[in-house]
Amino acid sequence: MDNALNLFVRSIFSDNMIFAYFLGMCSYLAVSKNVKTSAGLGVAVTFVLIVTLPVNYLLQKYVLGPNALVEGLDLSYLSFILFIAVIAAIVQLVEMIVEKFSPSLYASLGIFLPLIAVNCAIMGGSLFMQQRIGLPETDPKAITGFGDAFFYAFGSGIGWLMAIVCLAGIREKMEYNDVPKPLQGLGITFITVGLMAMAFMCFSGLSF
Amino acid sequence: MLSQKTKDTLLGPLNANNPVVVQILGICSALAVTVQLKPALVMGIAVTIIVAMSNVIVSLIRNTIPMRVRIIVQLVVVAALVTLVSEVLKAFAYDVAMQLSVYLGLIITNCILMGRLEAFAMTNKPWDSFLDGLGNGLGYAIILVIVALIRELFGAGQLLGIQIIPESWYAANGGWYENCGMMLMPAMALILVGCVIWAHRAYNDKEGK
Repeated sequence: MDNALNLFVRSIFSDNMIFAYFLGMCSYLAVSKNVKTSAGLGVAVTFVLIVTLPVNYLLQKYVLGPNALVEGLDLSYLSFILFIAVIAAIVQLVEMIVEKFSPSLYASLGIFLPLIAVNCAIMGGSLFMQQRIGLPETDPKAITGFGDAFFYAFGSGIGWLMAIVCLAGIREKMEYNDVPKPLQGLGITFITVGLMAMAFMCFSGLSF
Repeated sequence: MLSQKTKDTLLGPLNANNPVVVQILGICSALAVTVQLKPALVMGIAVTIIVAMSNVIVSLIRNTIPMRVRIIVQLVVVAALVTLVSEVLKAFAYDVAMQLSVYLGLIITNCILMGRLEAFAMTNKPWDSFLDGLGNGLGYAIILVIVALIRELFGAGQLLGIQIIPESWYAANGGWYENCGMMLMPAMALILVGCVIWAHRAYNDKEGK
């Protein structure tokens, strides 16, 4: 648990979902056209991460892991199906909540709200969590308890939110730039993200 | 041999309708596994098999899936196939499976799969869906191989782990050549894909005129 702060900060900066692992790229590139919508999506992704990752942590720890349910039984190979089922169910729930309480956000997110279910950042968070449970406790990346899992999810979500809002800000300004025609739109966006990723590399090695 | 429509279904995604550089789907794994050629090849093959198979399965059961829960049904079909492929890889190519790490599991959330299932397999016959899956998988694999080729050749001087740039060229052995370490950084994958999109669009615009 004392590792939680470290995990939180690392997952925002040096282990950023976008810049270090390229997770959640599809919606990241497609929705980052303006700051307001992208902030909405960022919050939704953060929320889904915070809910699904600890649930999947408990699932992994008490049902799927080696010797968790029955002595001598390792159900890890079922993890893909169970994790994605949990994620799909929770996304359905979030979709219903957003539709009820914020119809304008619901309209602007459009197809990308149900697609959070297949956002790699969510599934990737759960799979990284599964890997990190196996690490020795001294490793700064190890997830040793429920609190760690929660803060890892929270940090990853904030990192993703920050990345998409930054890119949206840049893209709004870039509208007025003179970019070569074949490079316009997605080409230049990729290169921008590449340069941002390079800038974020200076955070590597950060720890508390 | 093939009718015009089947030809379009199969070959369209290789260039004009490429899933990665035109539709911008499946970017996450395309960027992450391209440091070396071998994992990129394995990933390309794995995705091709999974897209084709899941397209066939979903197309077979498309009339029995209730609309409201279709995404969950599709995800379960895909997740089952991915589990199969990852177990096979762990059994026969353990080191590559370890290199791919979480990105193997992330094939489930690869947008190409969901995109093809939603857009094609839900409304077409199994054989057409199979060809469509095959074409899109190969279109994805081509981009992966191009990016991985550039990154491994210039970043490490190797292809598939075999030294391509002669040892005597290196500065350490009295030559003039130095590996471009930047190619191995994650950021370079993004910039390279950006350049591939650039080249692809410039070429296709010229063809169109």
